Amino acid sequence: MKFGRLILANLFRKKVRFALTIGSFTVALFLFGLLAVLRGAFGGGLQVAGVDRLVVINRTSIINPLPLSYRDKILQIPGVKQITFDNWFGGVYQDERNFFPQFAIDIDNQRQVFNELQVPDDQWKAFVDDRQGAIAGASLAKRFNWKIGDRIPLKGTIVPGTWEFNIVGIYHGKRVQDDETQFWFQRAYFEERMPERFKGQVGWYTVRINNTDDAPRISQAIDDDFANSPYETRTETEQAFATGWVKQMGNIEGLIMTIGIVVFFTLLLVTGNTMAIAVRERTAELAVLKAVGFSDRAVLCFVMAESLMIALVGGVLGLALAKFFTLRGDPTHGLLPVFFLPNSAVTVGLALALLIGVASGILPAVGAMRLRVVDALRRV
Amino acid sequence: MVRVNGQSTSSSLVTVRGLDKKYRRGSEEIHVLQGLNLDVDPGDFVAFMGPSGSGKTTLLNLLGGLDVPSAGSISVAGDEITHMSSGKLTQWRARHVGFIFQMYNLIPVLNAFQNVELPLLLTKLSKSERRKHVEAVLSVVGLSDRMNHYPRQLSGGQEQRVTIARAIVSDPTFLLCDEPTGDLDRRAADDIMDLIVRLVREHGKTVLMVTHDPVVARKADITLHLDKGALVEAGQLEGAPAGGAA
Repeated sequence: MKFGRLILANLFRKKVRFALTIGSFTVALFLFGLLAVLRGAFGGGLQVAGVDRLVVINRTSIINPLPLSYRDKILQIPGVKQITFDNWFGGVYQDERNFFPQFAIDIDNQRQVFNELQVPDDQWKAFVDDRQGAIAGASLAKRFNWKIGDRIPLKGTIVPGTWEFNIVGIYHGKRVQDDETQFWFQRAYFEERMPERFKGQVGWYTVRINNTDDAPRISQAIDDDFANSPYETRTETEQAFATGWVKQMGNIEGLIMTIGIVVFFTLLLVTGNTMAIAVRERTAELAVLKAVGFSDRAVLCFVMAESLMIALVGGVLGLALAKFFTLRGDPTHGLLPVFFLPNSAVTVGLALALLIGVASGILPAVGAMRLRVVDALRRV
Repeated sequence: MVRVNGQSTSSSLVTVRGLDKKYRRGSEEIHVLQGLNLDVDPGDFVAFMGPSGSGKTTLLNLLGGLDVPSAGSISVAGDEITHMSSGKLTQWRARHVGFIFQMYNLIPVLNAFQNVELPLLLTKLSKSERRKHVEAVLSVVGLSDRMNHYPRQLSGGQEQRVTIARAIVSDPTFLLCDEPTGDLDRRAADDIMDLIVRLVREHGKTVLMVTHDPVVARKADITLHLDKGALVEAGQLEGAPAGGAA
């Protein structure tokens, strides 16, 4: 492009100002990237929630158990395809700061209901064959540098004592947003040392259904079946369950949006001012360009191109930094298992950067376009 | 031959008739040019003189299509420019006018070569053709060895040479010079005027120049004075080459 040199030369005219303006975009887009990551992390459950899965918990609270006997009754409800259950273990590995979720799982149905979390067949067989066997998510294993064959001790909190596990498998999520921070072990092992009052009870059920359209009917049917019993249930889709979980933490989405808006509005003011100064400094030069035959539209395009270049370079740098930051994984070591910058956020970030580029450049560009050569040269 | 009496010939390159220019400053209306007539033939070198505020630069701006008259007409090489749209006027300027300003007005972030190349970016010439043209005109103005220098690395006289090269690189119909030596010392001014005279004599350029310096004006074929908004023949100045007002 023959005008490229002119645009580039103007961009680098004031190197410090250019760097600082690019830096503003970089910081803003880096922050945007992190906010998008946090938004995804807090709403992570929403992204991974299966549309054909229901969660059944105790109506009083998820910390109250449900009878294991409910399993067969739920399975008989028309439209239910599979069912599995979990118990929260809540053990401590070496230090309380090393938090990660641990579940005593139903080895007969886990893989069918959570089929997006994949375990190689040989590892699953080893898991089934070893009463103390455990399967760790890939990122959890990476975090503690666990390998198959390692023996892992956990200090029980709900059920006190030291629990020894053998790592026999590593599971991987099919999708990038799948949670790979869980630790699974056999319910049979859990039952062995479980206090008598906990035996025959599960934490919650996860139900896979044949047709997503039937979710309201099946949820109602489950809750109706156990109404007026000592263990009433509350059944909802996995997505609704995850949404409720996020809401317990407050309006994270609103907070993130507010921060984002403030950041971008500030960026608009900063870059708008910079572009206005940059154009005002070059009034005579723009007039000369027009005098030698450059059209009003060409001058407008030059200014807009500069503004967009700054936005694009700063935006790409900021988003690349955010991406790089997320590559190190969840900095909270387990509190935010879904911690990545989705491509959709990168696209939105770039679009926002370009939008700010247009908005900050448009007024100075129109001013340059309307500049009268005679007036401009008289001011010199 | 230059005429200011409104009598044109078929050979006129520039024809100005009844040119009026009024400005409004607050409630006051200032009549800068009043019924001005001018005819310039190809190859003429005309100097306009007059006191400050007499309308010299205004006349130059009107002739160059940078400003619009209040009344009257300007034709250049058969093109009536007074009623052209802004866009058409821009295209016309690119094709027909070469500007030389007192303050040079080079783009400081471009080197001499790139500054001279600017008008050619608006043409369909290839990169190599543009290079050939730019090198040729830089050679004409004696700056072949300075083409990679930036304006801040050039003297005032050299900067003005670059401006002249930029003005002639697209081979315009005529050159408009607004105080081309106003910011130069006498020696540099003489060099620049010699260059402009050479462009007229050797390359057949038509030059219309505003100046307040009688020594500079003496280099032109004829000097016209602006007086009360009209051009007055000052006659052929002593020492000037042949040609003059009718």
